Amino acid sequence: MRWIVCIKQVPDTTEIRIDSRTNNLVREGIASIMNPYDCHALEAALQLRDQHGGQVTVVTMGPSQAEECLRDALAMGADEAVLLSDPAFRGADTLATSYTLAAAIRRLAPVQLIFCGKQAIDGDTAQVGPELAEWLGLPHIAGVEYLVVKANNITARREAESEYYLVEANLPALVTISRTMNEPRLPSVWGRLRANRTPITVWTGEDLDIDPNRIGLAGSPTRVKRIFYPQHQRQTQIRQGNAEQLSNWLVKTLAEERLL
Amino acid sequence: MIIEGMAIVNEGCTACGACVDLCPVEAISLDLDEIPTDETDEYCDVWVWLETRDNRLEGVGLELLGIGRELADIKQEKLVGILLGSKLEGLAEKAISHGADRVWCITDPALEHYENGAYTAALTELINQEKPAIVLLGATPDGRDLAPRVAARLQTGLTADCTGLAIELETGNLLQTRPAFGGNIMATIITPHHRPQMATVRPQIMKARPADAARTGEILDYPFESGAWALTRILSQEDTQKQVNLEQADIIVAGGRGADGPEGLQLLQELATTLGGTLAVSRAPVEEGWIAPDYQVGQTGKTVAPRLYIACGISGTIQHLVGIQGADIVVAINRDPKAPIFQAADYGLVGDLFEIVPLLITKIRKIQKQRHQ
Ligand SMILES: Cc1cc2nc3c(=O)[nH]c(=O)nc-3n(C[C@H](O)[C@H](O)[C@H](O)COP(=O)(O)OP(=O)(O)OC[C@H]3O[C@@H](n4cnc5c(N)ncnc54)[C@H](O)[C@@H]3O)c2cc1C
Ligand SMILES: Nc1ncnc2c1ncn2[C@@H]1O[C@H](COP(=O)(O)O)[C@@H](O)[C@H]1O
Repeated sequence: MRWIVCIKQVPDTTEIRIDSRTNNLVREGIASIMNPYDCHALEAALQLRDQHGGQVTVVTMGPSQAEECLRDALAMGADEAVLLSDPAFRGADTLATSYTLAAAIRRLAPVQLIFCGKQAIDGDTAQVGPELAEWLGLPHIAGVEYLVVKANNITARREAESEYYLVEANLPALVTISRTMNEPRLPSVWGRLRANRTPITVWTGEDLDIDPNRIGLAGSPTRVKRIFYPQHQRQTQIRQGNAEQLSNWLVKTLAEERLL
Repeated sequence: MIIEGMAIVNEGCTACGACVDLCPVEAISLDLDEIPTDETDEYCDVWVWLETRDNRLEGVGLELLGIGRELADIKQEKLVGILLGSKLEGLAEKAISHGADRVWCITDPALEHYENGAYTAALTELINQEKPAIVLLGATPDGRDLAPRVAARLQTGLTADCTGLAIELETGNLLQTRPAFGGNIMATIITPHHRPQMATVRPQIMKARPADAARTGEILDYPFESGAWALTRILSQEDTQKQVNLEQADIIVAGGRGADGPEGLQLLQELATTLGGTLAVSRAPVEEGWIAPDYQVGQTGKTVAPRLYIACGISGTIQHLVGIQGADIVVAINRDPKAPIFQAADYGLVGDLFEIVPLLITKIRKIQKQRHQ
């Protein structure tokens, strides 16, 4: 019985700064981390394994450097790790990514439950999970913050706009995990040692039953046309002075703007 | 990737194209194997999914009709609203008054509550039959759940959480602009060879058009075969106890770490009340436990679009600023003249909020009293 967790290595966006002189993204020395949402997804899977047995398999698609986040996952307690890495996977958008992940997960069948993070902090799309479920023809529940697994089904609570839904689905299924679900465990020293000894399975396109037209850039319907830095178009008027002067100025301004 | 403004092509290259755009001498090009032209011409019209809750239209649907109208006018095509639900009386007319030329209704008991299997089946079937060029959905929890499922079934592209939409005149492609990397950069995405072009659109960014009761349009019912479409079963539904409704607020007074604790927020609440507005916060007060997460504005909080936003003791990180782009007037009160919030504000007051805000409250009350006399 397999619990699969899809994890992604992302740059730590809290560290990303714009160089105010050159207006460029400062990426030097920016650490890569496991997508924080995926830590919660992994924690959820580890808890279910401890409760129901089976094994936790983590899967990532990325360059060979993405092995780092697989090692982190092994150190937290995952049983096995699969790296999908092939130059042909490059440039994949969410559709091509989910297609490739689906092909790998088919090879790992039979599968009980698939976990994704609710979203990845680099692109914040929250699309890969539901798209993956669609490729696999499985039900999905997105944005889960509580879940129970019974023999053949899963019950999960998902947060919608102004309500919570308690939703049930048959297994196998896919869930995307919200950060409020749990507190991820920290890797133990023993876990780190074990992680370093565990071999990582690496699959290229050759190892998967895939259509080369559906992977990587070729399989991606979307294209990035332009990247730019956000501009805040406001003509700021700044005043310094004592509190009396400043408050007078603002009250007068707000009155002129008809906001009082 | 771009490091210090220099393009480095290494194993981490995802062919994202960032380097092509940033190169000042046009030395880099990205060789994309152009897929031969397909039947994209066959697809026309701009569609918006009109999300409903308890058989009422959600505000985001009207915003989508606003931007959809602009796009349809540029393309000289129809703007079409899609309604899925169990009781839809009166909603299609409302959508027409807000800009739709045509509304498709699918009414079925299975569509009473949002359920991703049934909704995906209904929307995909309609798209396959009618072949729209553009399909927009709100970037709400349900829209972001439905859109990827539909896009994958149609095997087309989907751009998440857009804050800007336009038509590229030469090609007719939809230019879909969205923040990435926590709002640090913006990316414009196209879907050149696949139709429909699908996007979710962040609420509170696009403007709805005022209702025009004189507008006319076509209302069509689509005969959807109800069947075993559901993938999940809804067991129960429970309202979240929302304490505030920041999305609808007209005036917001927001506090950050500079408010220094619950008492400081209480002071800002007083200013908000005086102005007839609502209190909000940056992430810092939430992390400090001074207030509930419902009040947070920004990337991981709410996107707001008030007429007036007064930021007090907020430094103005990019994650906060992405939440207030839609505000008409931004006022910043901060004692650090170098705080980035000043670059995103219309009016900046460099000073201590604990000195300025009490004076503001007194002076505004005085004016209000004079008016009443
Ligand atoms: C993935 C991610 C998502 C995030 N999402 C959000 C989000 O949705 N919303 C959000 O807000 N943040 C978000 N953040 C956090 C964000 O990066 C900042 O940490 C946060 O916005 C800082 O809040 P602040 O401006 O209140 O505090 P600070 O940055 O500490 O700024 C406090 C400011 O108050 C001023 N000040 C202090 N005392 C006074 C006084 N007496 N009078 C006047 N001014 C005073 C100081 O000069 C300073 O500029 C996110 C971060 C990450 C990593
Ligand atoms: N390249 C990838 N490899 C493995 N899992 C991924 C990958 N990209 C996205 N995911 C999974 O999909 C979730 C949502 O990602 P996104 O749609 O990019 O916001 C992530 O939290 C991961 O669980």
